Amino acid sequence: MSQTATRPDDLMGLSEDEYDTILDIMGRAPNFTELSIFSVMWSEHCSYKSSKFWLKTLPTEGPQVIQGPGENAGVIDIGDGLAAIFKIESHNHPSFIEPYQGAATGVGGILRDVFTMGARPVANMNALRFGSPDHPKTRHLVDGVVAGIGGYGNCIGVPTVGGEVNFDPAYNGNILVNAMTVGIANTDKIFYSAAAGTGLPVVYVGSKTGRDGIHGATMASAEFDDDSAEKRPTVQVGDPFTEKLLLEACLELMATDAIVAIQDMGAAGLTSSSVEMASKGEVGITLTLDDVPMRETGMQPFELMLSESQERMLMVLKPGREDEARAIFEKWELDFAVIGETNDSERLVLMWEGEVAADIPVPPLVAAAPEYERPWTATPPREVVSPDAVPAPMDPGAALLTLIESPDLCSRRWIWEQYDHMVMGDTVGRPGGDAALVRVHGTGKALAISTDCTPRYVEANPVEGGKQAVAEAWRNVTATGATPLAVTNNLNFGNPERPEIMGQLVGAVQGMGAACTALDSPVVSGNVSLYNETNGAAILPTPVIGCVGLLDDVTTRASAAFGDDGEAVFVVGETTGWLGCSIYQRDMAGGSAGAPPPVDLDLERRNGDFVRAGILSGRISACHDVSDGGLAVALAEMAIAGHTGAEIDHDPAIPVHAWLFGEDQARYVVTTGDPDGLEAAAKAAGVPVNRIGRVGGAALTLPGAGPISVASLREAHERWLPEYMASR
Amino acid sequence: MSAAVIVFPGSNCDRDVAVSLEAAMGRAPYMVWHGDSELPDVDLIVVPGGFSYGDYLRSGAMAANSPVMREVVARANAGTPTLGICNGFQVLTECGLLPGVLMRNASLKFVCRDVDLRVERADTVFTRHYREGQVIRIPVAHHDGNYFTDPDTLKALEDNRQVAFRYCAPDGSLSEDSNPNGSLANIAGVLNAGGNVLGMMPHPERLAEALLGGTDGAPMFASLAEAVAA
Repeated sequence: MSQTATRPDDLMGLSEDEYDTILDIMGRAPNFTELSIFSVMWSEHCSYKSSKFWLKTLPTEGPQVIQGPGENAGVIDIGDGLAAIFKIESHNHPSFIEPYQGAATGVGGILRDVFTMGARPVANMNALRFGSPDHPKTRHLVDGVVAGIGGYGNCIGVPTVGGEVNFDPAYNGNILVNAMTVGIANTDKIFYSAAAGTGLPVVYVGSKTGRDGIHGATMASAEFDDDSAEKRPTVQVGDPFTEKLLLEACLELMATDAIVAIQDMGAAGLTSSSVEMASKGEVGITLTLDDVPMRETGMQPFELMLSESQERMLMVLKPGREDEARAIFEKWELDFAVIGETNDSERLVLMWEGEVAADIPVPPLVAAAPEYERPWTATPPREVVSPDAVPAPMDPGAALLTLIESPDLCSRRWIWEQYDHMVMGDTVGRPGGDAALVRVHGTGKALAISTDCTPRYVEANPVEGGKQAVAEAWRNVTATGATPLAVTNNLNFGNPERPEIMGQLVGAVQGMGAACTALDSPVVSGNVSLYNETNGAAILPTPVIGCVGLLDDVTTRASAAFGDDGEAVFVVGETTGWLGCSIYQRDMAGGSAGAPPPVDLDLERRNGDFVRAGILSGRISACHDVSDGGLAVALAEMAIAGHTGAEIDHDPAIPVHAWLFGEDQARYVVTTGDPDGLEAAAKAAGVPVNRIGRVGGAALTLPGAGPISVASLREAHERWLPEYMASR
Repeated sequence: MSAAVIVFPGSNCDRDVAVSLEAAMGRAPYMVWHGDSELPDVDLIVVPGGFSYGDYLRSGAMAANSPVMREVVARANAGTPTLGICNGFQVLTECGLLPGVLMRNASLKFVCRDVDLRVERADTVFTRHYREGQVIRIPVAHHDGNYFTDPDTLKALEDNRQVAFRYCAPDGSLSEDSNPNGSLANIAGVLNAGGNVLGMMPHPERLAEALLGGTDGAPMFASLAEAVAA
């Protein structure tokens, strides 16, 4: 075996201390291949070394949880022998460098995480953050990311049913592309990654291995500088057609009982998949790298181990089942190769041209992975801004039109019309509503899915912002009538080695944990993306939540569209006119400042449970959560969706602009044909409700503003994004 | 009465159309793998939507050369009703059962949205449950749906009344605004000369159930069920 007697100049992103630990583990200097394996396994991306300490504090259990964090995706029970399997994952760094392929392979990766576990993917979601619309790269990045997400999801035939998009200069140098997939499996057919048993064949299936994506995980664990575009070769190239074949072939093989364990090759490719399987199964694995299907000649062991070529899986089969499995993969015209065997050594041994190319003990490779309790400083609290301190607009109606036309609040139609959101024939709630609704195929149930985060709140107060991300996702699911069951999270932050950034992460995790506990929505899977910085400037802290809920009877649901003329309009929840950190303050009153709206989790729970019961009893006909832009924007969106106006004649006791645009939490706008019944039920439940007007007419009339036609609202709402994308 | 749905590597609307067929016909269709050279004895053949062979080379081009397509062409030429939806339409043009080509959308972008269609022929096995001139609303979802052909072929299509559907405004009028992909003469679906082969870009199977937001696709499957039962 080749030996490196002296300490190498390039530690491949590892610290001196980490290298010393490797020397202890190996009892000698690691060779180049071995060091490469340690480097990726101990990268931030694969080891979660900065975040693990805090992630452990999140609630991850509940009667609905079949599998929490630690597998390819989280699994929850949705009754009738079925499970929902889901996860969100970032592909931020590659998407900035090469937006189409970066976003496409982000979708491909998260799809594999879900079908690896035996689920048929049924819905894709995403959460996107771009820089300022004025930044010269933004249009190109939006165009490429949207085309990439669509290009992959449309081809594989899984509907992309919703998501969220924000623009802010803080993302100019680091966009965020978080992709989420939800799948459905039978609870007795869930597949895990533990390679339990010795003498079992280790099988490689899918695409051939090339040189793409080498050190992608390491790239995703470092800041960008001016030369980041030179990292383009570390971005993988996706082939959704091959993934479709891989999906069908895997599900066909999974219908048999030939598989012991299965793991997709994602970040760090063959390295992390084989180490994961060996570690969880407490076995050793010997791989003969010469047998790995290769796309090009002259590849070296470290390249084979680090390649992030897409659309590949590693499986451990029951002995003697190779031919049966091979027949399925050959039918789907995919590579199938037995490349190794499990044993009881608990070592990862790589053979190459008849010699040992690497020999690493697996338990310390995994267990000794560094874990840092990095120093952190709490974000200093900000002062509460009184509504009177935020200037009122000359004309609230004009202000509303400006807001619903603005980049952060305008219609996302230009984006979701490029996504096939209807394939598979179960999309009941299409994009543009509070949460997407996807029927569970062949049943009368549906899953409600939402992704949310309000980064400006998190920046102002990470704890409240962390709570709010969970609360808003939970509220969006609730607004359809569904019961939220669990969440997945994607923690996007800057450089954790800076105490103030680490403080954002710590605060956000604390807030999220509190909200997940209070709202009975444990975290079952997730992903952390750090070092989202360029030349020392970090993104806004963006801990995205993806929430999944269950609607038992899909025919009993609410949408945000105003319905019948004459129905009463209510606000559920207390309106104090909180303008600090509101969109109104940011865009029309001098910039985001002050403390964000506090999140009272007891109120969230009580108000949400009240709204859900109202929808399920049929009393509430339309429902929309109140978030960015406050009541005025929520009412406008309901009018646009329902093609009908409303007369809002409430006379608020607080300044009108604060009532219209304040962003107090735990609120919903609902409509009902039974206002007395709603008020009585609210009183019994201890939930504050305010009757503010009635549905009807062709215009939305708001306090302090003249009637605004629904047609002009729609025109304003639909205008900006297509015009922006068409301009040069 | 029975139907067959042809499944290529990359087909992804095969299950969706099978659901609609079973709902209308009371019997699940045969799902026929592209590599099979034999086709069961069926009364209806459906080539579904999706991305057969990943749209590599050209949408539908590789699928058109699959072993099973020789038999599909023979049956269609012998009169078996044959429906191609979206990628299926592209396959039927590539294998010569239908005239014209489907080019990249004029916007150069994938488009998924409900569109209004004017029914131009209500006297076919596919459309007998619609009225001529009726406006129906079903979705498109494609990147390559821009129908094109040379002027002589277009004239022949019009003279023979082979256009089955056109993209239109809600009132049935034709305009550029109501054309989602730049198709010539707003053509959304065409028939062969015999009237037993229909290719269309919009997806009737996607809005054939009220829960999903519309039922205007259902009459097509009712028409087919009735026609093949007769």
